[in-house]
Amino acid sequence: MNIAMLVFIACSVMAIVGALALILAREPVHSALALVLVMISLAILYLLLGAAFIAAIQILVYAGAIMVLFVFVIMLLNAGEEVRTNVSRLAKWVGLPLGIFFLLEMAYSLFREYGGRAALAGGTAAPVPASTRDLSMKLFTEFVLPFELTSILILIAVLGALVLAKRES
Amino acid sequence: MFPPLQDLYRIAPELVLCAFGMLVMLIDPFVPATRKRSMGWLAFAGTLVALASLRWAALNQGSAYSGLFRVDMFSLFVHAIVIGVSALAILGSFDYLDRENIQRGEYYALILFATAGMGILAGSTELITAFVGLEMSSISTYILVGFRRTVLKSNESSLKYFLLGSFATAFFLYGIALTYGATRSTRFDVVNQAIAAHGAGPLLILGLGLIFVGLGFKVVAAPFQIYTPDVYEGAPTPVTAILACGPKAAAFAVMLRIFYSAFGSASHVWFWAIWVSAILTMCIGNFAALVQTNVKRLLAYSSIAHAGYILVAFAAASEIGVAAVLFYLAAYAAMTLGAFLIVAHVGGTNEQRLNIEDYAGLGTKHPWIAACFALFLFSLLGLPATGGFLGKLYAFQSALDQRIVWLVVIAAVNSVIGAYYYLKVVVAMYFHESNKEWAPMPMRAPMFVVLLLTAIATIYFGVLPNRLMELAIASARSLR
Amino acid sequence: MNGSYLDSYAPLLLMFLLAAGLAAVLIIASSVVGRHLKVRAKDQPYECGIRPTGDAREPYSVHFYMVAMIFILFDIEAIFLYPWAIVFKQLNMFGFVEMLLYIAILVVGYIYLWKKGALEWK
Repeated sequence: MNIAMLVFIACSVMAIVGALALILAREPVHSALALVLVMISLAILYLLLGAAFIAAIQILVYAGAIMVLFVFVIMLLNAGEEVRTNVSRLAKWVGLPLGIFFLLEMAYSLFREYGGRAALAGGTAAPVPASTRDLSMKLFTEFVLPFELTSILILIAVLGALVLAKRES
Repeated sequence: MFPPLQDLYRIAPELVLCAFGMLVMLIDPFVPATRKRSMGWLAFAGTLVALASLRWAALNQGSAYSGLFRVDMFSLFVHAIVIGVSALAILGSFDYLDRENIQRGEYYALILFATAGMGILAGSTELITAFVGLEMSSISTYILVGFRRTVLKSNESSLKYFLLGSFATAFFLYGIALTYGATRSTRFDVVNQAIAAHGAGPLLILGLGLIFVGLGFKVVAAPFQIYTPDVYEGAPTPVTAILACGPKAAAFAVMLRIFYSAFGSASHVWFWAIWVSAILTMCIGNFAALVQTNVKRLLAYSSIAHAGYILVAFAAASEIGVAAVLFYLAAYAAMTLGAFLIVAHVGGTNEQRLNIEDYAGLGTKHPWIAACFALFLFSLLGLPATGGFLGKLYAFQSALDQRIVWLVVIAAVNSVIGAYYYLKVVVAMYFHESNKEWAPMPMRAPMFVVLLLTAIATIYFGVLPNRLMELAIASARSLR
Repeated sequence: MNGSYLDSYAPLLLMFLLAAGLAAVLIIASSVVGRHLKVRAKDQPYECGIRPTGDAREPYSVHFYMVAMIFILFDIEAIFLYPWAIVFKQLNMFGFVEMLLYIAILVVGYIYLWKKGALEWK
């Protein structure tokens, strides 16, 4: 048991609790706060895995910018406490078992692939720090096509924001 | 450092589409609201240039951008389908947008960007590139579906499509992550080598399953088809026409590449998944279509059923099977595009005429439109001398060659069931008394050209299929 | 266990622990040491000034959302500049051209938004 392991367990628990709170909370603002918790825990997990740049982006974009958007939408809709209808039967009898099945299968696959100890230890087993320099080189040389395409993707989003949200003059 | 200039030629169609899309964005703010149709013509010109640039790409076949993208016959074939669909759909949208009072430049720009995304999907030989292409086409279509902002149904369908679609792409991304985790690469050739060397472990199989969920959503394969009728019904009808043809063809293309080239050596693993999904898709589509009274919904279910027939050829996992899928996609695009655009035309302002009974009397009042619609319906049904018939024939034949007998039997039974609901519409058109006044429906030149071209293509594919089939077989060969 | 990598984050962890510890100590101390007055006025959002009326939740203009959305889009664009800045000397002219193209494409979006009046507050 070392410190990395402790941090890993703490963050995993935080992420799971946050995700559950996100779904179960009735106040949309509470859900949003729970989401921040999930994002930050994930960022620390990325750091443990050796992905410092991804961790920084996780905080900057997700915990920062995306959260702002969520809060804006909550304010925009003037959303108060959720009114729950009865949980759909399909979700209860098909969705939930399927979700649990998926979780077990995932766990099984990881155990089979990496062996029990490594799977349990998660990222702390052998973090090979991925240097941001290597990542950048790959992104800007090998993956130049998808990189340039993301700018088109952003253009599409610009169009979407204007088409769907702008008041007609 | 610079990638070879040839790589640029290989993505020429995408470059053209994106350039014209941006041109539309730049010019649109300066065009007065009454002249927005000119943006449509500009976009149409863009698709024509893109089609022409396919020739240029064809002269420079091969892998581009360190093996992320590939121009081969297969990619060119699918490119031709998706760009052709968008070109015709743009022509078919002019009058519709005017009637609904939503004639805007963004509509055409989004179609161009979506088409570029579909092109990327068709040519990608690597999962991240495929993902970006998928997102380009998906996000554009989410917006297009909600384009009738003042219509509640359009909003609803846009939201449903967006939420479920994002969920599906998340599955796709998860699948990519697991595939990468298992093979240390996202490139199809490397994944294939890894499987050939070490076999497909549980992690890889799970990854493939998740990829199937993501793409199954786009090709409307059961059980991921649930959104289809609502989304297709609420979307502006020309957008429905695109949705049913373009993204479906592109998603089938990338699915073929992933399943055949990347996971080809693990075909025993995915065969049964496709088998089950094909049966579910066909049965759900056909049985649900039986009880529909709304033509748009009926065609939506028919589009599900046809995805099932395509999956039958997919399950064959042979060269002829791939060729059959491609042939089917081309024939299906022609007839479905035509059928939906007629629904758009007949629907009139606010899409009022959508029920089957509303079509009563169309045969006498507008004989040409009715004849075209009947042709498309007969082709969808699979009557001989139409593209739809040969598409089904090739699909079932390729599956029989691989001894997948039961699947073909079920598919054949399904086609017979399908006859009922297609004929129901034809009967209403020709033999029922009309209960609603028929307002005059002036048909302008663009729509006329579209219907003419799709009708000619449907008959041409049905009577003289050799040329198309040769191209499809050459494309299938280039896939390996 | 690759010690050297994670060790470099030890100060960060220490800082987090210190911050959390300090916050905890302050809150607990103030609740233990401080005097507690239980009156209704204490539970109100403002102890003095105008009495609050109505709900704190007011519907906002959709324009806020537009601005937030546009901000995020260009924020994501800016994120790509970080990894680019690290290697742009190595990438040489190619890196310059590709980022130029990338930004040029986004400038199209910017011009479009500007001309459509999405950046104006009306």
